Amino acid sequence: MSHDVLNQLSQYIGCELLKQPDRVIRPDEALLSSGLIDSFHLVDLGLFVEEKFGVRIDDFELSASTFDTLDQLVALIESRR
Amino acid sequence: MPTFSDLLKQHYERNPDQVSVYILHGGQPDRPVTYRELIYGATGYARTFQKKGIQPGEVVILILQHGIDLLYAYFGAILYGAIPSIMPFLTEKLLPERYYINLAALVKVTKPTAIVTYPDFVADVHAVVKPGEGSIKVVIVSNQVDDPGEPDFADFGGLKRKPEDIVLLQHSSGTTGLQKGVALSHQAVLNQLKDYSEAIYLQPDDIFVSWLPLYHDMGLVACWLMPILLGRPLVIMSPFEWVRAPYRLLQAVSRYKGTLSWLPNFAFNFCTQKIRERDLEGVDLSSWRAISNCSEPMRWDSLRVFYERFKKQGLRPEALVTCYAMAENVFAVTQGGMDGPVAFEDIDRDSLQINKVAEPARLNMPYVRMLGAGKTIPNTAVRILDAGGHPLPDRTVGEVVLKSDCILTGYYHRQDATEKAFLNDWYLTGDFGYLVDGELYITGRKKDLIIVGGKNIFPQDLEQLAFEVSGIHAGRASAFGVFNDITGTEDVVLVAEVETSDISKRQKIAEDVRTTITRGSAVALRYVHLVDTHWLVKTSSGKTARSANREKFLDEMQAKGQKF
Repeated sequence: MSHDVLNQLSQYIGCELLKQPDRVIRPDEALLSSGLIDSFHLVDLGLFVEEKFGVRIDDFELSASTFDTLDQLVALIESRR
Repeated sequence: MPTFSDLLKQHYERNPDQVSVYILHGGQPDRPVTYRELIYGATGYARTFQKKGIQPGEVVILILQHGIDLLYAYFGAILYGAIPSIMPFLTEKLLPERYYINLAALVKVTKPTAIVTYPDFVADVHAVVKPGEGSIKVVIVSNQVDDPGEPDFADFGGLKRKPEDIVLLQHSSGTTGLQKGVALSHQAVLNQLKDYSEAIYLQPDDIFVSWLPLYHDMGLVACWLMPILLGRPLVIMSPFEWVRAPYRLLQAVSRYKGTLSWLPNFAFNFCTQKIRERDLEGVDLSSWRAISNCSEPMRWDSLRVFYERFKKQGLRPEALVTCYAMAENVFAVTQGGMDGPVAFEDIDRDSLQINKVAEPARLNMPYVRMLGAGKTIPNTAVRILDAGGHPLPDRTVGEVVLKSDCILTGYYHRQDATEKAFLNDWYLTGDFGYLVDGELYITGRKKDLIIVGGKNIFPQDLEQLAFEVSGIHAGRASAFGVFNDITGTEDVVLVAEVETSDISKRQKIAEDVRTTITRGSAVALRYVHLVDTHWLVKTSSGKTARSANREKFLDEMQAKGQKF
């Protein structure tokens, strides 16, 4: 299950946010603190997670201190489902 | 002619209990600050500047986030007669080392005598400058400032400042921007506030709502100095919070019955696309009377989609207005849409692009929809000049130049740059545009500046970072902006020449370029285009010709069928 979540997130980030469909995102790769995901895209990521997995991430949680990698984001989603 | 301190003293004496600023922070109750509290807090800072040996007329750099400390420190510097300048705070994606380089660039040219920051940022400041080194006398820590207290105005240097004295500095971002501080006098700022108040028909019951950064003219002048100095309440939130929760702006307008806001063009698209319906429950936007689109190329479509999305919340179509502004004129040059609908016209594309003449669109021929930036505010005059400096007739595109009663004193400690900015007393804006019966239309830029989300980015800063990447030689990269219709702002593209044709090596270089630029400038690249050697177009002096490279890149993308 978590693998499926991971794949969907990875695909969404690569295709929709970075616009680089070939870009593979490693589960432990820094997303926010590295600047890979721009702050303008954080709200998109929040909306996607809510729509797709029914989990709301509050706006004050959209920072590297809550999650910075795909692994951490998946864990956050799983813990709230 | 009064000064800033005269106005602050007046508000304090006449309306001490009036709320000047409501500070909004997510997850916390709103914090109202009355003029009494503002002056008391500012007094704590003014006394601290005095004790630390700062002299009136010296520059004080503030490295503080949106909030009460920044409010008190800024106006404390004003009351004391020192010259405040706000430096953007370090964000998590910018490498600290890069931030230090920027700060060092600012300190070198501006020669401040004090830096004010938070306790946990002192070590970062000390990594760049230590008190006693160079111009810096002291680093003031926000938790070691004198307690707020009753002011003794006669004791402070603020009231002794003359109208022509410099009151504040404004910097653009990046290493280049930080070395070119716009120095403004009391007189220039107060003239602008008076002229601009007339242009927007400022009312006694107006309420300002803003999320804009304060190190930019739109945030600093329109949504900080204007309401605070002219006695209208300001509802303010941080740009970092707004970008994660754009609905908060609309909820704040609804809750406080806000009437005035200023937004860069992209923010209209951003709010339209990224706010959930349920975050709009109970939101009433009918109080909003003027939302000025300003600080980056404006699109008619951005205003239209914003209106369509929020008309259910009572948004009025006439609230969507336009403005053309720059720090060198303190803020506004023109304002549109206050005396009737915002002007727009459909212009023949080829005639505009090739002949540089704005002719009405012809049937079945490609056209561009131009949005008017409005007419000049009182006491500002605009002309359009050709390359030889001669005035051009209506509808002919040339450089926009201006003259006003609120022009900058100069670029601080940069006489060289100041002299270059003027031609016979007219300030050269570096923007291209045309006039039609006094209505100004901006068509593009002469200077190689990229504007993303209202923030000015100097391409040379990005190119310099690209040169640091292994596989790219100095001088072999070119950065420029390409407008994106969906986001309503510019995408940043970097083209770089590489010697290797190995695909995986190229991918690695492209990835390194992205990381180095993001972490070195906090700018996210939309596209890294790696090309073979001798691709880049250079000028006779060997510099890269950015606009020519931009054209070449767009042609290549079009040939490949990729839309940009």
